[in-house]
Amino acid sequence: MPSLGADMDAGTLIEWLVAPGDEVKRGDIVAVVETQKGAIDVEIYESGTVVELVVPVDTEVPVGTVLAYLRIPGEVGPVVPTEEERVATSAAESPNAEVPAQVPASTALVAGPPGTRVAPRARKLAAKLGVDLSTVEGTGPGGSVIGEDVERAGPASPAAPASGMRGAIAAAMARSKREIPHYYLAHTIDLEPALVWLETTNAPRPVTERLLPIALLVRAVALALSKYPEFSGWYKDGRFVPSPGVHIGLAVSLRRGGLVNPALHDADRGTLGELMVKIRDVTKRARSGGLRASEFADASTTVTSLGDQGVDGVFGVIHPPQVAIVGFGAISVRPWVVGGRVMPRRLVQLSLAADHRVSDGHRGGRFAHEITNLLSQPETL
Amino acid sequence: MTHVDVKAAILNILDEVAPDAGLDELDETADLREELDIDSMDFLNIVVGIHEALAVEIPEKDYPELVSLQNLVGYVEQKLAAK
Repeated sequence: MPSLGADMDAGTLIEWLVAPGDEVKRGDIVAVVETQKGAIDVEIYESGTVVELVVPVDTEVPVGTVLAYLRIPGEVGPVVPTEEERVATSAAESPNAEVPAQVPASTALVAGPPGTRVAPRARKLAAKLGVDLSTVEGTGPGGSVIGEDVERAGPASPAAPASGMRGAIAAAMARSKREIPHYYLAHTIDLEPALVWLETTNAPRPVTERLLPIALLVRAVALALSKYPEFSGWYKDGRFVPSPGVHIGLAVSLRRGGLVNPALHDADRGTLGELMVKIRDVTKRARSGGLRASEFADASTTVTSLGDQGVDGVFGVIHPPQVAIVGFGAISVRPWVVGGRVMPRRLVQLSLAADHRVSDGHRGGRFAHEITNLLSQPETL
Repeated sequence: MTHVDVKAAILNILDEVAPDAGLDELDETADLREELDIDSMDFLNIVVGIHEALAVEIPEKDYPELVSLQNLVGYVEQKLAAK
């Protein structure tokens, strides 16, 4: 069971997409797991043949539990441990294993009554809305619970109790504000040159290759991070661990409330077009389900953009154990002085919230200026 | 393609981009960005969806006139008719 963040103790296996005997390749999606962050696809990290599925469907297990055994090509002899070996392993592991004393409320909620079939969409909705499936009457084929049933039973008002995701956000953000000494910087950027370049670039492009301003903003942050690595990494066990790659967590808001921040791996590499495809894909999957486990665990810095909501700026809360979050407000036309003359220009406010245990305001200011410089030369992004 | 087909195809795309937005109660003349909480990324995904499903290319300069479901259906029908 992969960990999808410091605040996750356990997950519920809701679907196997492979069976014993199946060939799998590294990166294949093999299972779907329900967590506080919604239903997540689990990828496999090795190629080989599935030997045994250990965890049955609809079972909640702690992070770190073996889900299945795999035979790697060339491997001989038994792959699956004997019963004695399993007992010995679990006994040895138990003192250190972080098994929660009680099952988190949200996972208890999504389990549903035994014997009742629950459609995957209904399960996802129930987790999102915090609906107890055992209280939902199914109207689907054979009395199965379908999405509409859950919607009917869903919270009638915004005052309904926090769903699983709200609980996860509450835990992570409360920990952040309790433990991380944030400092904040803000800086206004003249985005006119970047946007003019973007419009010229987009005009001849087919719709599938069009860029949005967010791609420029994310790329500028990613390139600046490779120069200022103290803003890209994690604070663990009293020290800073730099990230081996620039993996930007993009904060994506969800319609039913809540947000997720899946990772855009190696956001400093490849073409802007490739980065845009990644952003579009991740946003779509974040909102419709189907994010992968690795996309939750790897983010080394978060970028949040509230531009579409029309607010001028955002002062972020760092997602632990990360050490920085860069925010962008709405792009809006304002008077700006260029070459001694006041002109209408499209501006955006950048903000940086960073961990004072790892960096200081002086370096934060240089980092913000590096992002500004990069955005003034969009052709280099 | 009939009016009903085009509308169904576009609703299908909207449902894919905004599966939990409550399309059943959507007012055809309402601002999609307001009604379905569509942001610029969702809107681009809708434009790409229309390109893939209906082979209609929508240039950026036409975005401002595509406010409601009615606008979208009308725009696509016009483009299909001109082919």
